Amino acid sequence: MIGQMLAQHRLAFSLVAARMRRAPLALLMMIAVIGVTLSLPAMLYVALENLQRLAGGFQTAPQISLFLAMSAPEDQIKEIDARLDKHAGITTHRFVSRDEAWQKMQQSTGLAEITGGLEQNPLPDAYVIETKTGDPAAIERLQQEMQQWPGVEHAQLDAVWIKRLHGLLELGNKLVLVIAGLLGFALLIITGNSIRLQIATQREEIELSRLIGATDRFIRRPFLYAGTLYGIGGGLSALLILVGAVWLFNESVTELARLYASDFRLLMPTADVSLALVGGSALLGWIGSYVAVNRALADIERY
Amino acid sequence: MIKFDRVGKLYPGGYEALKNLSFEIEKGELVFVTGHSGAGKSTLLKLIAALERPTAGTVLIGNQNVSKLRRAAVPFLRRKFGLVFQDHKLLYDRTVFDNVALPLHINGVVGHEAGKRIRAALDKVGLLSREKAMPITLSGGEQQRLAIARAVVSRPAILIADEPTANLDETYASEIMKLFHSFHQVGVTVLIATHDAHGSMEFGGRTLHLAQGELR
Repeated sequence: MIGQMLAQHRLAFSLVAARMRRAPLALLMMIAVIGVTLSLPAMLYVALENLQRLAGGFQTAPQISLFLAMSAPEDQIKEIDARLDKHAGITTHRFVSRDEAWQKMQQSTGLAEITGGLEQNPLPDAYVIETKTGDPAAIERLQQEMQQWPGVEHAQLDAVWIKRLHGLLELGNKLVLVIAGLLGFALLIITGNSIRLQIATQREEIELSRLIGATDRFIRRPFLYAGTLYGIGGGLSALLILVGAVWLFNESVTELARLYASDFRLLMPTADVSLALVGGSALLGWIGSYVAVNRALADIERY
Repeated sequence: MIKFDRVGKLYPGGYEALKNLSFEIEKGELVFVTGHSGAGKSTLLKLIAALERPTAGTVLIGNQNVSKLRRAAVPFLRRKFGLVFQDHKLLYDRTVFDNVALPLHINGVVGHEAGKRIRAALDKVGLLSREKAMPITLSGGEQQRLAIARAVVSRPAILIADEPTANLDETYASEIMKLFHSFHQVGVTVLIATHDAHGSMEFGGRTLHLAQGELR
Protein backbone atom coordinates (compact mmCIF):
# COMPACT_ATOMS: atom_id res chain seq x y z
CA MET A 1 0.00 0.00 0.00
CA ILE A 2 2.72 2.42 1.01
CA GLY A 3 4.88 1.10 -1.81
CA GLN A 4 2.11 1.83 -4.25
CA MET A 5 1.66 5.35 -2.90
CA LEU A 6 5.37 5.98 -3.24
CA ALA A 7 5.27 4.63 -6.76
CA GLN A 8 2.40 7.00 -7.60
CA HIS A 9 4.39 9.94 -6.28
CA ARG A 10 7.51 8.85 -8.11
CA LEU A 11 5.43 8.63 -11.27
CA ALA A 12 4.01 12.14 -10.87
CA PHE A 13 7.47 13.46 -10.05
CA SER A 14 9.12 11.90 -13.08
CA LEU A 15 6.27 13.19 -15.26
CA VAL A 16 6.89 16.72 -14.00
CA ALA A 17 10.65 16.35 -14.35
CA ALA A 18 10.20 15.24 -17.96
CA ARG A 19 7.91 18.19 -18.72
CA MET A 20 10.39 20.60 -17.16
CA ARG A 21 13.28 19.11 -19.11
CA ARG A 22 11.30 19.73 -22.27
CA ALA A 23 10.89 23.43 -21.42
CA PRO A 24 14.00 24.48 -19.46
CA LEU A 25 13.68 28.14 -20.40
CA ALA A 26 10.18 28.43 -19.00
CA LEU A 27 11.37 26.77 -15.81
CA LEU A 28 14.32 29.13 -15.47
CA MET A 29 12.11 32.15 -16.03
CA MET A 30 9.65 31.03 -13.38
CA ILE A 31 12.43 30.45 -10.89
CA ALA A 32 14.00 33.83 -11.69
CA VAL A 33 10.69 35.67 -11.31
CA ILE A 34 9.98 34.05 -7.95
CA GLY A 35 13.57 34.51 -6.80
CA VAL A 36 13.72 38.23 -7.61
CA THR A 37 10.28 38.85 -6.11
CA LEU A 38 11.15 37.10 -2.86
CA SER A 39 14.65 38.54 -2.56
CA LEU A 40 13.29 42.06 -2.00
CA PRO A 41 11.53 41.47 1.33
CA ALA A 42 14.27 39.01 2.32
CA MET A 43 16.95 41.68 1.83
CA LEU A 44 14.93 44.21 3.81
CA TYR A 45 14.54 41.67 6.56
CA VAL A 46 18.24 40.90 6.76
CA ALA A 47 19.10 44.62 6.72
CA LEU A 48 16.72 45.20 9.63
CA GLU A 49 18.10 42.23 11.54
CA ASN A 50 21.57 43.71 11.25
CA LEU A 51 20.44 47.20 12.25
CA GLN A 52 18.69 45.75 15.26
CA ARG A 53 21.85 43.93 16.23
CA LEU A 54 23.74 47.20 15.95
CA ALA A 55 21.16 49.08 18.02
CA GLY A 56 20.97 46.29 20.58
CA GLY A 57 24.63 46.96 21.43
CA PHE A 58 23.68 50.25 23.06
CA GLN A 59 22.23 50.64 26.50
CA THR A 60 18.67 51.74 26.33
CA ALA A 61 17.60 52.32 29.94
CA PRO A 62 19.23 55.57 31.20
CA GLN A 63 17.69 58.59 29.69
CA ILE A 64 19.30 61.63 31.23
CA SER A 65 22.89 62.10 32.34
CA LEU A 66 23.44 64.97 34.69
CA PHE A 67 27.04 66.18 34.61
CA LEU A 68 27.89 68.38 37.56
CA ALA A 69 30.19 71.37 37.43
CA MET A 70 33.77 70.56 38.47
CA SER A 71 33.56 73.46 40.84
CA ALA A 72 30.26 72.46 42.43
CA PRO A 73 30.57 72.59 46.23
CA GLU A 74 29.51 69.72 48.50
CA ASP A 75 26.26 71.34 49.69
CA GLN A 76 25.15 72.03 46.12
CA ILE A 77 25.55 68.33 45.31
CA LYS A 78 23.52 67.47 48.41
CA GLU A 79 20.81 69.84 47.28
CA ILE A 80 20.68 68.20 43.85
CA ASP A 81 20.48 64.80 45.50
CA ALA A 82 17.56 65.97 47.60
CA ARG A 83 15.76 67.39 44.59
CA LEU A 84 16.16 64.15 42.69
CA ASP A 85 14.82 62.20 45.68
CA LYS A 86 11.66 64.25 45.71
CA HIS A 87 11.16 64.62 41.99
CA ALA A 88 7.91 63.05 40.76
CA GLY A 89 9.09 62.42 37.20
CA ILE A 90 12.01 60.16 38.11
CA THR A 91 12.09 56.45 38.84
CA THR A 92 15.76 56.00 39.84
CA HIS A 93 18.85 58.11 40.05
CA ARG A 94 22.37 56.94 40.64
CA PHE A 95 25.40 58.94 41.60
CA VAL A 96 28.53 58.20 39.59
CA SER A 97 31.54 59.79 41.19
CA ARG A 98 34.31 61.10 38.97
CA ASP A 99 36.69 58.44 40.33
CA GLU A 100 34.31 55.64 39.55
CA ALA A 101 33.79 56.92 36.00
CA TRP A 102 37.52 57.29 35.53
CA GLN A 103 38.18 53.68 36.54
CA LYS A 104 35.51 52.42 34.18
CA MET A 105 36.91 54.41 31.36
CA GLN A 106 40.39 53.04 31.91
CA GLN A 107 39.08 49.49 31.88
CA SER A 108 36.99 49.81 28.78
CA THR A 109 38.68 48.47 25.70
CA GLY A 110 39.70 50.84 22.99
CA LEU A 111 39.78 53.82 25.36
CA ALA A 112 42.81 52.71 27.38
CA GLU A 113 45.18 54.42 24.97
CA ILE A 114 43.39 57.70 25.34
CA THR A 115 43.19 57.59 29.12
CA GLY A 116 46.81 56.53 29.37
CA GLY A 117 47.86 59.80 27.82
CA LEU A 118 46.07 61.90 30.42
CA GLU A 119 47.81 63.14 33.56
CA GLN A 120 44.70 63.55 35.65
CA ASN A 121 41.04 62.67 35.71
CA PRO A 122 39.11 65.06 33.45
CA LEU A 123 35.70 63.67 34.35
CA PRO A 124 33.07 65.40 36.49
CA ASP A 125 30.73 63.82 39.02
CA ALA A 126 27.49 62.78 37.45
CA TYR A 127 24.02 61.43 38.04
CA VAL A 128 22.44 58.80 35.81
CA ILE A 129 18.69 59.27 35.86
CA GLU A 130 15.85 57.12 34.59
CA THR A 131 12.63 58.93 33.93
CA LYS A 132 9.14 57.59 34.49
CA THR A 133 7.91 58.56 31.08
CA GLY A 134 9.21 57.21 27.82
CA ASP A 135 7.76 60.11 25.86
CA PRO A 136 10.68 61.95 24.23
CA ALA A 137 9.00 65.37 24.59
CA ALA A 138 8.45 64.94 28.35
CA ILE A 139 12.01 63.75 28.80
CA GLU A 140 13.23 66.79 26.97
CA ARG A 141 11.23 69.08 29.34
CA LEU A 142 12.84 67.32 32.31
CA GLN A 143 16.25 67.77 30.78
CA GLN A 144 15.64 71.51 30.31
CA GLU A 145 14.44 71.82 33.91
CA MET A 146 17.52 70.09 35.32
CA GLN A 147 19.80 72.17 33.15
CA GLN A 148 18.66 75.23 35.19
CA TRP A 149 19.65 73.70 38.57
CA PRO A 150 22.64 75.31 40.23
CA GLY A 151 25.70 73.14 40.13
CA VAL A 152 24.64 71.32 36.96
CA GLU A 153 27.08 71.84 34.15
CA HIS A 154 25.21 69.84 31.52
CA ALA A 155 22.08 67.69 31.34
CA GLN A 156 22.27 65.27 28.47
CA LEU A 157 19.59 63.18 26.85
CA ASP A 158 21.13 59.79 26.38
CA ALA A 159 18.89 57.21 24.96
CA VAL A 160 16.11 59.07 23.26
CA TRP A 161 17.60 58.68 19.84
CA ILE A 162 17.97 54.96 20.46
CA LYS A 163 14.32 54.84 21.41
CA ARG A 164 13.50 56.60 18.21
CA LEU A 165 15.69 54.16 16.31
CA HIS A 166 13.84 51.27 17.91
CA GLY A 167 10.59 52.88 16.93
CA LEU A 168 11.82 53.17 13.37
CA LEU A 169 13.01 49.57 13.36
CA GLU A 170 9.60 48.50 14.59
CA LEU A 171 8.09 50.39 11.72
CA GLY A 172 10.58 48.72 9.37
CA ASN A 173 9.53 45.31 10.66
CA LYS A 174 5.93 46.07 9.87
CA LEU A 175 6.93 47.33 6.46
CA VAL A 176 8.75 44.06 5.75
CA LEU A 177 5.65 42.13 6.80
CA VAL A 178 3.40 44.17 4.54
CA ILE A 179 5.76 43.93 1.56
CA ALA A 180 6.30 40.21 2.09
CA GLY A 181 2.54 39.72 2.30
CA LEU A 182 1.86 41.64 -0.88
CA LEU A 183 4.65 39.99 -2.85
CA GLY A 184 3.62 36.59 -1.50
CA PHE A 185 0.16 37.24 -2.87
CA ALA A 186 1.68 38.23 -6.21
CA LEU A 187 3.63 34.95 -6.20
CA LEU A 188 0.43 33.00 -5.63
CA ILE A 189 -0.99 34.63 -8.73
CA ILE A 190 2.19 34.08 -10.75
CA THR A 191 2.48 30.36 -9.97
CA GLY A 192 -1.27 29.90 -10.24
CA ASN A 193 -1.24 31.45 -13.68
CA SER A 194 1.70 29.39 -14.88
CA ILE A 195 0.01 26.20 -13.68
CA ARG A 196 -3.22 27.31 -15.34
CA LEU A 197 -1.37 27.57 -18.67
CA GLN A 198 0.09 24.08 -18.18
CA ILE A 199 -3.37 22.74 -17.45
CA ALA A 200 -4.66 24.30 -20.63
CA THR A 201 -2.06 22.42 -22.69
CA GLN A 202 -2.94 19.18 -20.90
CA ARG A 203 -6.69 19.58 -20.95
CA GLU A 204 -7.29 16.57 -23.21
CA GLU A 205 -5.32 14.33 -20.91
CA ILE A 206 -7.17 15.61 -17.86
CA GLU A 207 -10.57 15.13 -19.48
CA LEU A 208 -9.72 11.63 -20.64
CA SER A 209 -8.27 10.69 -17.26
CA ARG A 210 -11.48 11.82 -15.62
CA LEU A 211 -13.56 9.67 -17.96
CA ILE A 212 -11.59 6.52 -17.26
CA GLY A 213 -11.62 6.83 -13.50
CA ALA A 214 -8.85 9.15 -12.34
CA THR A 215 -9.45 10.76 -8.96
CA ASP A 216 -9.00 14.50 -8.48
CA ARG A 217 -5.99 13.68 -6.35
CA PHE A 218 -4.35 11.81 -9.23
CA ILE A 219 -4.93 14.69 -11.62
CA ARG A 220 -3.79 17.31 -9.13
CA ARG A 221 -0.61 15.53 -8.09
CA PRO A 222 1.78 16.42 -10.95
CA PHE A 223 0.65 20.05 -10.94
CA LEU A 224 1.18 20.33 -7.19
CA TYR A 225 4.65 18.91 -7.69
CA ALA A 226 5.33 21.47 -10.41
CA GLY A 227 4.12 24.37 -8.25
CA THR A 228 6.12 23.20 -5.24
CA LEU A 229 9.25 22.73 -7.35
CA TYR A 230 8.84 26.25 -8.75
CA GLY A 231 8.57 27.47 -5.17
CA ILE A 232 11.66 25.61 -3.98
CA GLY A 233 13.68 26.73 -6.99
CA GLY A 234 12.50 30.31 -6.56
CA GLY A 235 13.24 30.26 -2.82
CA LEU A 236 16.74 28.93 -3.44
CA SER A 237 17.44 31.57 -6.06
CA ALA A 238 16.13 34.28 -3.68
CA LEU A 239 18.53 32.94 -1.07
CA LEU A 240 21.36 33.07 -3.59
CA ILE A 241 20.52 36.68 -4.48
CA LEU A 242 20.36 37.53 -0.77
CA VAL A 243 23.73 35.97 0.06
CA GLY A 244 25.26 37.68 -2.96
CA ALA A 245 23.87 41.05 -1.90
CA VAL A 246 25.08 40.72 1.71
CA TRP A 247 28.51 39.69 0.49
CA LEU A 248 28.65 42.66 -1.89
CA PHE A 249 27.49 45.12 0.79
CA ASN A 250 29.90 43.73 3.34
CA GLU A 251 32.82 44.93 1.24
CA SER A 252 31.76 48.51 1.88
CA VAL A 253 30.26 48.01 5.35
CA THR A 254 33.45 46.61 6.86
CA GLU A 255 35.42 49.42 5.28
CA LEU A 256 33.07 52.00 6.78
CA ALA A 257 33.03 50.26 10.15
CA ARG A 258 36.83 50.26 10.29
CA LEU A 259 36.77 54.06 10.01
CA TYR A 260 34.67 54.07 13.19
CA ALA A 261 37.05 51.54 14.82
CA SER A 262 34.36 48.88 14.80
CA ASP A 263 34.48 45.36 13.49
CA PHE A 264 30.81 45.44 12.59
CA ARG A 265 29.81 43.49 9.53
CA LEU A 266 26.54 42.31 8.05
CA LEU A 267 25.67 38.77 9.07
CA MET A 268 24.57 36.28 6.44
CA PRO A 269 20.97 35.03 6.74
CA THR A 270 20.76 32.36 9.44
CA ALA A 271 19.74 28.76 8.80
CA ASP A 272 16.29 29.55 10.24
CA VAL A 273 15.77 32.45 7.89
CA SER A 274 17.02 30.49 4.88
CA LEU A 275 14.76 27.57 5.70
CA ALA A 276 11.78 29.87 6.22
CA LEU A 277 12.47 31.56 2.89
CA VAL A 278 12.69 28.34 0.86
CA GLY A 279 9.91 26.61 2.80
CA GLY A 280 7.59 29.60 2.57
CA SER A 281 8.25 29.86 -1.14
CA ALA A 282 7.52 26.15 -1.62
CA LEU A 283 4.28 26.52 0.32
CA LEU A 284 3.21 29.48 -1.81
CA GLY A 285 3.91 27.47 -4.97
CA TRP A 286 1.87 24.57 -3.64
CA ILE A 287 -1.10 26.75 -2.70
CA GLY A 288 -0.98 28.64 -6.00
CA SER A 289 -1.11 25.46 -8.05
CA TYR A 290 -3.73 23.84 -5.79
CA VAL A 291 -6.09 26.74 -6.37
CA ALA A 292 -5.40 26.73 -10.11
CA VAL A 293 -5.98 22.98 -10.52
CA ASN A 294 -9.15 22.99 -8.47
CA ARG A 295 -10.58 25.80 -10.54
CA ALA A 296 -9.71 23.94 -13.75
CA LEU A 297 -11.23 20.70 -12.43
CA ALA A 298 -14.43 22.51 -11.55
CA ASP A 299 -14.52 23.85 -15.11
CA ILE A 300 -14.12 20.42 -16.64
CA GLU A 301 -16.48 18.57 -14.31
CA ARG A 302 -19.83 17.88 -15.85
CA TYR A 303 -20.88 14.72 -14.09
CA MET B 1 -24.53 -7.00 -13.74
CA ILE B 2 -26.16 -4.00 -15.42
CA LYS B 3 -29.79 -3.18 -14.72
CA PHE B 4 -31.83 -0.26 -16.04
CA ASP B 5 -35.18 0.40 -14.40
CA ARG B 6 -37.44 2.95 -16.10
CA VAL B 7 -34.44 5.14 -16.89
CA GLY B 8 -34.84 8.51 -18.55
CA LYS B 9 -32.33 11.14 -19.54
CA LEU B 10 -33.48 14.68 -20.09
CA TYR B 11 -30.77 17.14 -21.15
CA PRO B 12 -30.93 20.76 -20.07
CA GLY B 13 -32.83 22.59 -22.79
CA GLY B 14 -35.53 19.94 -22.90
CA TYR B 15 -34.03 17.30 -25.20
CA GLU B 16 -35.16 13.90 -24.01
CA ALA B 17 -32.48 11.42 -25.11
CA LEU B 18 -33.84 8.33 -23.36
CA LYS B 19 -37.37 7.50 -22.23
CA ASN B 20 -38.53 4.90 -19.73
CA LEU B 21 -35.81 2.37 -20.49
CA SER B 22 -35.77 -0.99 -18.69
CA PHE B 23 -33.43 -3.89 -19.44
CA GLU B 24 -30.86 -6.12 -17.85
CA ILE B 25 -27.46 -7.33 -19.05
CA GLU B 26 -25.92 -10.46 -17.52
CA LYS B 27 -22.26 -10.96 -16.77
CA GLY B 28 -20.33 -12.14 -19.82
CA GLU B 29 -22.97 -11.16 -22.37
CA LEU B 30 -22.24 -9.67 -25.76
CA VAL B 31 -24.74 -6.90 -26.47
CA PHE B 32 -25.12 -4.68 -29.52
CA VAL B 33 -26.91 -1.38 -29.11
CA THR B 34 -28.27 -0.42 -32.50
CA GLY B 35 -30.30 2.42 -33.92
CA HIS B 36 -29.99 5.49 -36.10
CA SER B 37 -27.73 8.29 -35.03
CA GLY B 38 -29.57 10.38 -32.48
CA ALA B 39 -31.49 7.37 -31.21
CA GLY B 40 -29.73 7.60 -27.84
CA LYS B 41 -27.00 4.95 -28.20
CA SER B 42 -24.18 7.13 -26.90
CA THR B 43 -26.30 8.43 -24.04
CA LEU B 44 -27.10 4.86 -23.03
CA LEU B 45 -23.42 3.92 -22.95
CA LYS B 46 -22.56 7.07 -20.98
CA LEU B 47 -25.18 6.22 -18.36
CA ILE B 48 -23.74 2.72 -17.98
CA ALA B 49 -20.15 3.94 -17.66
CA ALA B 50 -21.18 6.56 -15.07
CA LEU B 51 -20.07 9.38 -17.35
CA GLU B 52 -23.53 10.90 -16.94
CA ARG B 53 -26.32 10.54 -14.42
CA PRO B 54 -29.90 9.57 -15.33
CA THR B 55 -32.62 12.13 -14.71
CA ALA B 56 -35.25 9.44 -14.04
CA GLY B 57 -35.24 5.82 -12.88
CA THR B 58 -32.33 3.83 -11.51
CA VAL B 59 -29.16 2.45 -13.07
CA LEU B 60 -27.60 -0.42 -11.16
CA ILE B 61 -24.03 -1.51 -11.91
CA GLY B 62 -23.18 -4.60 -9.89
CA ASN B 63 -25.15 -3.64 -6.83
CA GLN B 64 -24.33 0.06 -6.95
CA ASN B 65 -27.00 2.59 -7.72
CA VAL B 66 -25.25 5.01 -10.03
CA SER B 67 -27.68 7.88 -9.49
CA LYS B 68 -27.07 7.81 -5.74
CA LEU B 69 -23.31 7.46 -5.92
CA ARG B 70 -21.22 10.01 -4.01
CA ARG B 71 -19.08 12.17 -6.29
CA ALA B 72 -15.88 10.84 -4.71
CA ALA B 73 -16.92 7.23 -5.45
CA VAL B 74 -17.55 7.82 -9.16
CA PRO B 75 -13.91 7.44 -10.32
CA PHE B 76 -13.72 4.00 -8.72
CA LEU B 77 -16.88 2.85 -10.48
CA ARG B 78 -15.54 4.13 -13.79
CA ARG B 79 -12.46 1.95 -13.41
CA LYS B 80 -14.62 -1.15 -13.83
CA PHE B 81 -15.15 -0.23 -17.47
CA GLY B 82 -12.91 -0.28 -20.46
CA LEU B 83 -14.07 2.49 -22.77
CA VAL B 84 -13.53 2.81 -26.51
CA PHE B 85 -14.68 6.27 -27.49
CA GLN B 86 -16.25 7.23 -30.77
CA ASP B 87 -13.53 9.83 -31.33
CA HIS B 88 -10.73 7.56 -29.92
CA LYS B 89 -9.50 10.27 -27.51
CA LEU B 90 -5.90 9.23 -28.07
CA LEU B 91 -3.23 11.53 -26.66
CA TYR B 92 -1.07 12.69 -29.53
CA ASP B 93 1.72 14.13 -27.39
CA ARG B 94 3.00 10.70 -26.31
CA THR B 95 3.91 7.30 -27.68
CA VAL B 96 1.65 4.31 -28.24
CA PHE B 97 3.15 2.73 -25.12
CA ASP B 98 2.43 5.79 -22.97
CA ASN B 99 -1.13 6.02 -24.25
CA VAL B 100 -1.81 2.51 -23.03
CA ALA B 101 -0.02 3.24 -19.74
CA LEU B 102 -2.48 5.93 -18.62
CA PRO B 103 -5.30 3.68 -17.27
CA LEU B 104 -2.74 1.57 -15.41
CA HIS B 105 -1.23 4.65 -13.80
CA ILE B 106 -4.70 5.78 -12.78
CA ASN B 107 -5.19 2.35 -11.20
CA GLY B 108 -1.89 2.67 -9.39
CA VAL B 109 -0.05 0.07 -11.46
CA VAL B 110 3.41 1.31 -12.36
CA GLY B 111 6.88 0.10 -13.23
CA HIS B 112 7.73 -3.39 -14.37
CA GLU B 113 4.24 -4.82 -13.81
CA ALA B 114 2.74 -2.00 -15.89
CA GLY B 115 5.23 -2.58 -18.70
CA LYS B 116 4.32 -6.26 -18.84
CA ARG B 117 0.60 -5.57 -19.06
CA ILE B 118 0.99 -2.79 -21.62
CA ARG B 119 2.97 -5.08 -23.93
CA ALA B 120 0.43 -7.87 -23.47
CA ALA B 121 -2.41 -5.51 -24.45
CA LEU B 122 -0.46 -4.19 -27.44
CA ASP B 123 0.34 -7.74 -28.50
CA LYS B 124 -3.33 -8.65 -28.29
CA VAL B 125 -4.28 -5.91 -30.79
CA GLY B 126 -1.21 -6.50 -32.97
CA LEU B 127 0.62 -3.25 -32.20
CA LEU B 128 3.52 -4.60 -30.16
CA SER B 129 6.06 -3.58 -32.80
CA ARG B 130 4.72 -0.01 -32.78
CA GLU B 131 5.04 0.73 -29.08
CA LYS B 132 7.46 3.60 -29.60
CA ALA B 133 5.49 5.15 -32.47
CA MET B 134 3.45 8.32 -32.07
CA PRO B 135 -0.30 7.77 -32.57
CA ILE B 136 -0.44 10.32 -35.39
CA THR B 137 1.71 8.00 -37.53
CA LEU B 138 -0.78 5.13 -37.19
CA SER B 139 -3.48 4.32 -39.73
CA GLY B 140 -7.18 4.67 -38.83
CA GLY B 141 -7.51 0.97 -38.07
CA GLU B 142 -4.33 0.98 -35.99
CA GLN B 143 -5.53 3.98 -34.00
CA GLN B 144 -8.77 2.15 -33.27
CA ARG B 145 -6.81 -0.90 -32.12
CA LEU B 146 -4.66 1.32 -29.93
CA ALA B 147 -7.84 2.70 -28.35
CA ILE B 148 -8.95 -0.89 -27.69
CA ALA B 149 -5.60 -1.82 -26.15
CA ARG B 150 -5.96 1.15 -23.81
CA ALA B 151 -9.50 0.07 -22.91
CA VAL B 152 -8.54 -3.50 -21.99
CA VAL B 153 -5.12 -2.98 -20.41
CA SER B 154 -6.45 -2.74 -16.86
CA ARG B 155 -8.54 -5.88 -17.42
CA PRO B 156 -11.99 -4.38 -16.95
CA ALA B 157 -15.03 -6.60 -16.37
CA ILE B 158 -17.07 -4.60 -18.85
CA LEU B 159 -15.89 -3.38 -22.24
CA ILE B 160 -17.91 -0.56 -23.81
CA ALA B 161 -17.34 0.66 -27.36
CA ASP B 162 -19.15 3.51 -29.07
CA GLU B 163 -19.26 3.07 -32.88
CA PRO B 164 -15.84 1.38 -32.97
CA THR B 165 -16.06 0.65 -36.71
CA ALA B 166 -17.68 3.89 -37.85
CA ASN B 167 -14.86 5.26 -39.97
CA LEU B 168 -13.22 2.02 -41.06
CA ASP B 169 -13.46 0.12 -44.30
CA GLU B 170 -14.94 -3.36 -44.23
CA THR B 171 -11.76 -5.40 -43.76
CA TYR B 172 -10.60 -3.29 -40.83
CA ALA B 173 -14.10 -3.25 -39.37
CA SER B 174 -14.43 -7.01 -39.32
CA GLU B 175 -10.96 -7.30 -37.74
CA ILE B 176 -12.07 -4.98 -34.97
CA MET B 177 -15.29 -6.91 -34.46
CA LYS B 178 -13.36 -10.17 -34.21
CA LEU B 179 -11.20 -8.55 -31.56
CA PHE B 180 -14.22 -7.61 -29.46
CA HIS B 181 -15.63 -11.10 -29.94
CA SER B 182 -12.42 -12.60 -28.59
CA PHE B 183 -12.77 -10.55 -25.40
CA HIS B 184 -16.35 -11.76 -25.08
CA GLN B 185 -15.12 -15.33 -25.42
CA VAL B 186 -12.80 -14.99 -22.42
CA GLY B 187 -15.68 -13.83 -20.22
CA VAL B 188 -15.68 -10.05 -20.56
CA THR B 189 -19.07 -8.38 -20.77
CA VAL B 190 -19.01 -6.48 -24.07
CA LEU B 191 -21.33 -3.65 -25.13
CA ILE B 192 -21.00 -2.22 -28.61
CA ALA B 193 -23.02 0.65 -30.04
CA THR B 194 -23.31 0.49 -33.80
CA HIS B 195 -25.59 1.95 -36.46
CA ASP B 196 -24.76 -1.00 -38.68
CA ALA B 197 -27.07 -3.80 -37.56
CA HIS B 198 -26.05 -6.54 -40.01
CA GLY B 199 -22.39 -6.46 -38.93
CA SER B 200 -23.42 -7.59 -35.49
CA MET B 201 -25.37 -10.64 -36.60
CA GLU B 202 -22.49 -12.96 -37.39
CA PHE B 203 -21.21 -12.97 -33.79
CA GLY B 204 -24.48 -13.83 -32.13
CA GLY B 205 -25.15 -11.91 -28.98
CA ARG B 206 -28.15 -9.81 -28.10
CA THR B 207 -29.35 -6.64 -29.78
CA LEU B 208 -30.92 -3.67 -28.04
CA HIS B 209 -32.55 -1.58 -30.73
CA LEU B 210 -33.15 2.07 -29.88
CA ALA B 211 -35.45 4.46 -31.72
CA GLN B 212 -36.14 7.97 -30.49
CA GLY B 213 -34.81 7.09 -27.05
CA GLU B 214 -36.98 4.01 -26.59
CA LEU B 215 -36.35 0.27 -26.89
CA ARG B 216 -38.02 -1.32 -29.87
